[in-house]
Amino acid sequence: MSITLTENAAKHVQNFLTNRGKGVGLRVGVRTSGCSGMAYKLEFADAAEGEDMQFVSNGVTVLVNPQSLPYIDGMELDYTREGLNEGFKFNNPNVKDACGCGESFKV
Amino acid sequence: MALLQISEPGLSAAPHQHRLAVGIDLGTTNSLVATVRNGISLVLNDEDGRALLPSVVRYTMDGAVQVGADAQAVQSEDPVNTIVSVKRFMGRGLADVGDVTNLPYRFVDAASTGSGQAPGMLQLRTIAGIKSPVEVSAEILNALRIRAEQSLAGELVGAVITVPAYFDDAQRQATKDAAKLAGLNVLRLLNEPTAAAIAYGLDNASEGLYAVYDLGGGTFDISILKLSKGVFEVLATNGDSALGGDDFDHRIYCWLLEKNHLSALGAHDTRLLLTRARAAKEELTDRTETRITAVLSKGEMIDAELTQQDFYAMSQNLVARTLQPMRRALRDAGLSVEEIKGVVMVGGSTRMPQVQRAVAEFFKQMPLTNLDPDKVVALGAAIQANVLAGNRSADEWLLLDVSPLSLGIETMGGLTEKIIPRNSTIPTARAQEFTTFKDGQTAMSVHVVQGERELVSDCRSLARFELRGIPPMVAGSARIRVTYQIDADGLLSVSAREQSSGVEAHIVVKPSYGLSDAEVARMLQDSNLHARDDMQARALREQQVEANQLLEAVNNALEQDGDVLLSQKEQGRIRVGMDALRTTLQGADHLAIKRAVSQLNDATVAFAQARMDKSVSHALTGHNISELDH
Repeated sequence: MSITLTENAAKHVQNFLTNRGKGVGLRVGVRTSGCSGMAYKLEFADAAEGEDMQFVSNGVTVLVNPQSLPYIDGMELDYTREGLNEGFKFNNPNVKDACGCGESFKV
Repeated sequence: MALLQISEPGLSAAPHQHRLAVGIDLGTTNSLVATVRNGISLVLNDEDGRALLPSVVRYTMDGAVQVGADAQAVQSEDPVNTIVSVKRFMGRGLADVGDVTNLPYRFVDAASTGSGQAPGMLQLRTIAGIKSPVEVSAEILNALRIRAEQSLAGELVGAVITVPAYFDDAQRQATKDAAKLAGLNVLRLLNEPTAAAIAYGLDNASEGLYAVYDLGGGTFDISILKLSKGVFEVLATNGDSALGGDDFDHRIYCWLLEKNHLSALGAHDTRLLLTRARAAKEELTDRTETRITAVLSKGEMIDAELTQQDFYAMSQNLVARTLQPMRRALRDAGLSVEEIKGVVMVGGSTRMPQVQRAVAEFFKQMPLTNLDPDKVVALGAAIQANVLAGNRSADEWLLLDVSPLSLGIETMGGLTEKIIPRNSTIPTARAQEFTTFKDGQTAMSVHVVQGERELVSDCRSLARFELRGIPPMVAGSARIRVTYQIDADGLLSVSAREQSSGVEAHIVVKPSYGLSDAEVARMLQDSNLHARDDMQARALREQQVEANQLLEAVNNALEQDGDVLLSQKEQGRIRVGMDALRTTLQGADHLAIKRAVSQLNDATVAFAQARMDKSVSHALTGHNISELDH
């Protein structure tokens, strides 16, 4: 079981955390909503919570709620640039179908 | 798939519901757009990686509009249709702009164009028709909106747009109108120095006084800010609207002309040398000398060495010209240099070492320079926009603006009743009930005033309107609710409503009523200086109102019942008391008036009792006990 970050993504996350001045890492998860059923959650984490699973990838701590894990296990986070836009890309092997923009998905 | 950004804990947006918000620095020379992404405020660049969008708009014959660098490039070829520095015309009339003969534009008065805009407001005749400064600014904002929506891959929920602290209501309203025209939802207008302070995180710093030194391309502004409880208040502003980085370029240009014995150059050569001069100025920021080379149109070769030292010497008096406004701003705010806790540098020209040194010497401390001075205002606006769009948790600060002066209403006797006290955080709404002064009064005049003084005549009149159609009632029984409301941009609306009949009247305090911050500071100082006088003046007026009310009531009573209920002697005694009161009313001693009022009151106690008895017996006449029982 794991969630990983590419080197580039990890570098950006660390940079963002430094600028923010607090936080222990990233919280990644899913929730049910959106046009295709599920949506990703990507937040700064200030502290680990009760049942959180912890992964460390390229120096970044990733916290995942156990309920979310089956939907995103094996996922890799990348940081990329598309035209003027830039941000995190989720390469999730569990996704069977996604809405046009990929913001929500089905497993 | 879509690219995601990191949210604050618990604030992940639902899919397709990103609360994208930007901060826009709508500058005189350049404009920028910034946003908060992954918790960091950053300026959004265009496709070519440029952050600054020159605030230049060109209208062409085929109806196309060029904005930014493209328009700037053809400025000298098509000066009439290429509008630069439109910010100077926002919310202004021809009379405000002053000497327009140096400007290449064809100005027209809005009244003559049938545009529906207020007469006196200026407009520009271009090849694509008549354009208002609002429309020109909207083109700049629209270009930034498109850039932001491409960068953020979504529609914006709103924008915070910065304006100079000294912008009055008309200029602020014009800025809002331009944003609306550009399809932007304005979350708030933010003062530029405040935005710069936020970018430096001063809002999280300890409370205190800060100076913001803003030397841009063509304008210089100094602002003194006071931070208390996370709220910035602009205490004073000053500046020079014709001093900026361009003047430094011009010094080098003149030096080049002199050194090479050149006289008047053509437009092309002038532009070439100014561009070289600017490059040299920028080089000298971190080098001690630079070389300027150019080939003019007639083949003359320019090749000159300029040292940092020479540049400092030739620009010394330009730097010195910023010191005087700084002194004035401090004086207006009633502060000394030692009280300033921090100094923020804004504007590209503050990169010049001689400017930084002069500011450091003046304030006896190193100014804050670690953020890019061109971007600092936009960065702060983006942070504010991010908060207003709801991307920060509620327990974190929310920057509020405050009303700089109290807003009140005129009451009887020319006194001010404050409805919204100064330093109230805005937006705000306050209501107060008033009543009628005379029997059968059917109209009430609402006079909206601004200021700290007790007497209306010492305050600033903002607006006046009448509430008509109040049903005739006994004095004091009507209930008129007056509501003052200030929206987030500092615009005031006032309404009055008679509660029983529901008749209502309201007014929006129109643009052009704005006060410069220097005036605000002056009014505040006045109020402190005159606090004691004002208290006495208020006490006097209150006594005068009470005395006049009493005199009128006694007079009416004497006319009605005097002969019936009182002997000549008793009437005489009351009249003596009335005369005594009238005499003291001529004077200005409120205590004497108070004494005379109370003497007259005492003298009429028996009379008032007799009148009460009379009216009761009158009321009872013709009725029997059983009628009164239930």
